[in-house]
Amino acid sequence: MPLVTYISHDGTTTEIEVPAGNSVMQGAVDNMLDGIIAECGGSCSCATCHCYIDEAWLEKVPAASEMEKDMLECVLEPQDNSRLSCQIHLTDELDGLIVKLPESQF
Amino acid sequence: MEKQRCIIVGASHAAGELCISLRKEGWTGVITVVGEENYLPYNRPPLSKTFLAGEKNIDDLLIRHAEAYTKADVQMKLGCRVEKIDRESKKVTLNTNETLAYDKLILTTGARPRIMDMPGAELENVFYLRSIQDADHIRPYIQKESRAVIIGGGYIGLETAAMLVSTGMHVTLLERDPRILNRVAAPEISQFFSRIHTEEGVELFTDVDISELKADGNGTKVNEVVCSDGKSFAADLLIIGIGVITNSELAEEAGLEINNGIVVNAFAETSDPDILAAGDCSYHFNKHYQRWLRLESIQNAVEQAKVAARTVCGNPQEYDQIPWFWSDQYDLKLQIAGLSGGYDNLIVRGDLSAGRKMAVFYFKEDNLIAVDAVNSPQEFMFGKRALAQSSRLDIDKLTDSSVPMKELMLQD
Repeated sequence: MPLVTYISHDGTTTEIEVPAGNSVMQGAVDNMLDGIIAECGGSCSCATCHCYIDEAWLEKVPAASEMEKDMLECVLEPQDNSRLSCQIHLTDELDGLIVKLPESQF
Repeated sequence: MEKQRCIIVGASHAAGELCISLRKEGWTGVITVVGEENYLPYNRPPLSKTFLAGEKNIDDLLIRHAEAYTKADVQMKLGCRVEKIDRESKKVTLNTNETLAYDKLILTTGARPRIMDMPGAELENVFYLRSIQDADHIRPYIQKESRAVIIGGGYIGLETAAMLVSTGMHVTLLERDPRILNRVAAPEISQFFSRIHTEEGVELFTDVDISELKADGNGTKVNEVVCSDGKSFAADLLIIGIGVITNSELAEEAGLEINNGIVVNAFAETSDPDILAAGDCSYHFNKHYQRWLRLESIQNAVEQAKVAARTVCGNPQEYDQIPWFWSDQYDLKLQIAGLSGGYDNLIVRGDLSAGRKMAVFYFKEDNLIAVDAVNSPQEFMFGKRALAQSSRLDIDKLTDSSVPMKELMLQD
């Protein structure tokens, strides 16, 4: 099962095994992790599951859709590695993925 | 000391949030969820879209998987119903005759579809769409070239029409009012969505007064919908989406205050402080809009559940949210921030008569009160932020979609 490391804004690190096919968001929600709110349940409608992809993983994560890109332009504290975690689905290639969570979602 | 007991009635979206929020807020007592459906709390929005289409399964719909509730030590009692609340002895009785004692009771009973009161509406090819079971029953009727008639031009009707017509069915949508989305959106939005649905091949009729649902020879299925002006529509499948009514009878029988839903204060407490309510079933005061509301939305379910959890755990915080909603139809994402009712001016950004992208900003006495945005997430997100911060927008430049939203936010 792909392992995802979530790093909260204060540096707290949580490792979660997320079943392949599930989203990075779902892994956090299932494990009561703070920092991902996911109001809309993963339909790319609310941007409350914003995360930063660790630089080393940027190229392995499939690109964002136009809708997601537009949403990301409006989040607080956007960065070049910003993504919506509901739009990233785990695969074996993403085993070991590291994401950081923005302070605004805590 | 014996553990405190919190019982949640209704395994709804609000319940899914409550279980986890209660633990996060420090509730160490028992948590029991009693739910009538046989499923863990699930996301309902995909029911009219990907789940109905068979692209998503039940597992995909779950808000949290079973292990999450096990980890949170939540007891799920599914497939049973609370029949009675005894406030004196603080006990609920289930339809299985089991009795459960509570210290805190939270009602997240939601709403159910309004039933069409007309002979024929009970026949086997007539459906409502609110649950997994409803979608499962509709799915076998989805067949290319078959005829679907949808009654009601609200969000459920339109989303379902979009999904069905994309499968190659012939879809007719009948609306009683002079326009679709009459109750929830401005005429400009109705006009935009009417155009899109017509372009996609949905036959749309407004001002429709249905006089008869004609059954086939066996009397088991409706095969024709007849209108009072003589029009009639052949049907293999009939879906009715004419609104919902709250599941507030249980609360009413227990003597709790009811008014268009279960009345709650800013802390999600009903007229009995040991009983709280959250989500679609609640009637609550919105601070931002200074009026009482009943909201059918995920956001309200989630946020009010959080408020209820804090109240129960002794860390009360007032409910104060700008309502927001979304609806997916075809490749269109409609995102709505705020409540547009009572607007005295609106500004359209983009083109209503062509294309698939536009936004409408609603103002009352020069203050922004709502935004409806189609495939325009920036308009939605910045609009939502402007509402939350009561900041002003540069109204003069708003109609010029070449000016980015970012630059229209006025600092004052």
